[in-house]
Amino acid sequence: MSAHTAVLTQSTGEWQLPDKGKVGMICLIVAEAAIFIIFVLAYIFYLGKSLSGPTPAEVLKLPVLGTVCLLSSSLTVHFAVTALERNAARLSALWLALTVLLGGIFLAGTAVEWHELIYKYGLTIRTNLFGTTFYSLVGLHASHVIVGLGMLGLALLFAVAGKLNGSHAHRLNVLSYYWHFVDAVWVVVFIVVYGLGR
Amino acid sequence: MMPPQTAGAMTFDSPPSHPKLWLDAVNEWFTTVDHKRIGMLYIGYALVFLLIAGLEAAVMRIQLAVPNNHFVSPQVFNRMFTMHGTTMVFFVGMPILFGFGNYLIPLMIGARDMAFPRLNAFSFWISAFGGLLLYFSFIGGDGLYGAGTAPDVGWFAYAPLTAKLFSPGHSTDYWILGVFLSGIGSVGTALNIVTTIVCMRCKGMTMARMPLLPWLYLVTSAMVFIAIGPLTAAQMMLGFDRFLGAHFFDVQAGGSAVLWMHFFWIFGHPEVYILVLPAFAFANEIIPVFSRKPIFGYSAMVGATVLIGFISLGVWAHHMFTVGLGPAGNTFFTLATMIISVPTGIKIFNWLATLWGGKIRFATPMIFSIAFLFQFLIAGLTGIMLSAAPFDWQLGNSYFVVAHFHFVLVGAILYMIFAAFYYWFPKMSGKMLSETLGKWHFWLFTIGFHLTFDFMHIPGLMGMPRRIYTYEADRGWAVWNMIESIGMIFQAAAILIFVWNVVRSYRHGEEAGPDPWDAWTLEWSTASPPPHYNFAEEPVVHSRRPLWDLKHPQAPDSDYE
Repeated sequence: MSAHTAVLTQSTGEWQLPDKGKVGMICLIVAEAAIFIIFVLAYIFYLGKSLSGPTPAEVLKLPVLGTVCLLSSSLTVHFAVTALERNAARLSALWLALTVLLGGIFLAGTAVEWHELIYKYGLTIRTNLFGTTFYSLVGLHASHVIVGLGMLGLALLFAVAGKLNGSHAHRLNVLSYYWHFVDAVWVVVFIVVYGLGR
Repeated sequence: MMPPQTAGAMTFDSPPSHPKLWLDAVNEWFTTVDHKRIGMLYIGYALVFLLIAGLEAAVMRIQLAVPNNHFVSPQVFNRMFTMHGTTMVFFVGMPILFGFGNYLIPLMIGARDMAFPRLNAFSFWISAFGGLLLYFSFIGGDGLYGAGTAPDVGWFAYAPLTAKLFSPGHSTDYWILGVFLSGIGSVGTALNIVTTIVCMRCKGMTMARMPLLPWLYLVTSAMVFIAIGPLTAAQMMLGFDRFLGAHFFDVQAGGSAVLWMHFFWIFGHPEVYILVLPAFAFANEIIPVFSRKPIFGYSAMVGATVLIGFISLGVWAHHMFTVGLGPAGNTFFTLATMIISVPTGIKIFNWLATLWGGKIRFATPMIFSIAFLFQFLIAGLTGIMLSAAPFDWQLGNSYFVVAHFHFVLVGAILYMIFAAFYYWFPKMSGKMLSETLGKWHFWLFTIGFHLTFDFMHIPGLMGMPRRIYTYEADRGWAVWNMIESIGMIFQAAAILIFVWNVVRSYRHGEEAGPDPWDAWTLEWSTASPPPHYNFAEEPVVHSRRPLWDLKHPQAPDSDYE
């Protein structure tokens, strides 16, 4: 070991490597994106291949409110992060609360939509290929929204308890990457399911 | 009462040592987040499954040794080939490669641990649970034939055989869940490996100075993200079909069986490269050390690896030529498959050039590596044959294909795993493996391997399909199958010698010391086994071979970079 330290002492100057949290989150996002791509491909592949109704054109309505809320929540979570970076914990908590609220409205919108589809139109995952692919894809996305809301809600709880400060900005930033990803997936789902698919 | 000053000195000199309970040791292993221990857990777990899956292969070889045999029932035979394939890919190949990666990468890049130690432990235990779940199906699963049946749908589980209608009970569900959990663990570990390599290299270790092993693991892990996703998605869909009555692969409701094939092979083919790149990684470390030369064409190796990573994502449908892809599909996937042999060829020539003019030491790791070169070449050549769609129409799903991919999985990957084991076991345990037993292991296994898999090509060319339970004597396959089964006996004997070698050397082996092979990468600069913290001081490197620089201060590599 002593011979080794001889080499150790020579400094190589500045040595900066990327941040672990960000790289890890990007890896997770790539892996998750691969899963979503397959579900989207299955949705597109089975468009119009259902042997019985109802069809997307008959039953799907544009989820405008939910979409606006979810996309805005990307903005609010970004503001929460920047506020925390400036050490403005209370402001950050406010933005976080708004984010959770907007995400919650999106989920409620999905719940209302599904309720209508199931009880009014009788569309379940077993009905036809449309039902199978629709509930799987939208449901997979919704489950990611729920996970994201759980984590954001936890951050909000800490904020309300006064335990959130500027030193946590980095972690909240990494979490916000996940939330932006969930929003980006929704853009694709929206275009494929409610645009192309109708 | 002792005087206080003496008590202080006493505790400093000899910390209070209680006799260590075995329960404490078990607890330590169960709760560890140390990358070295998790690496060894991965390897140990994979070796246990290697023995189990090898036993399943032995049952198949006994069944096929003679025509019209009834050693096991057709039902048991189906379970054997399903469990053999699933186990070897998901619970031997993946964990053993991740095990070596886990153990070696932080040591090679001069880090103290992986980037996320707790995620690391989680990934291992979730994979381990997946394997246990898969094997619990032998007791708890109920399939077509009542309680206590394992999955029997084949390792790629084609639809619609996996539909509830054709595979009732839960044996197929155990397969889905086992593979699904293993996928989660794989993504977790791959994420950890990428983050560790990108963010935790020691001072001075630029990407261009990194040893090739971490480089190849970086590419492999990136492929894991892209390839395991489709598998996970497909398992979810199949799960929805079976548990919730969805129709993804239900042909009677308009679902497509071919879609499952696409999704499975979008995973399945990159998976071959995910498994083989770590084997290449071992060769990249072992061949130079035993040739006493630096690796030839470092940047060409990196480039070829990245190319393999990309091209391998676009070749999956060569598993599906017999489906009828149409001229455009056939042409594309034939060409893509042939093109991938270019970067692979670059690698083979680089290894040959490394050997050329070297002062070669034929220690056990090296002879396994040299056999790997030859066998991987043959695997590649039969691969090019099969990449031609018309040839594949004749031989798809025949024993020729089985022989081809066993040349890759056994002849290349397993050989390099053995080489890696002989090479790094001294680092992990502090003891050398016996060279004599190692040579016995090598020669018996090589004789057995070639008896089994060289001769397997022939009945394949004669039309013997894979996965058949038995065959008639007048087909002319009997003599070849008998030779193959005799080869199995040699392989089994070699594996027993290997196990004996590990056990015996661990207890009575020669002390290894920190650097038994006179190697050049950082893992050999610390003690064997390395202390918990790996390096007392964080190393600083100035070239690709930091230990060479240390040992040869008059002519360090860093002068020539």
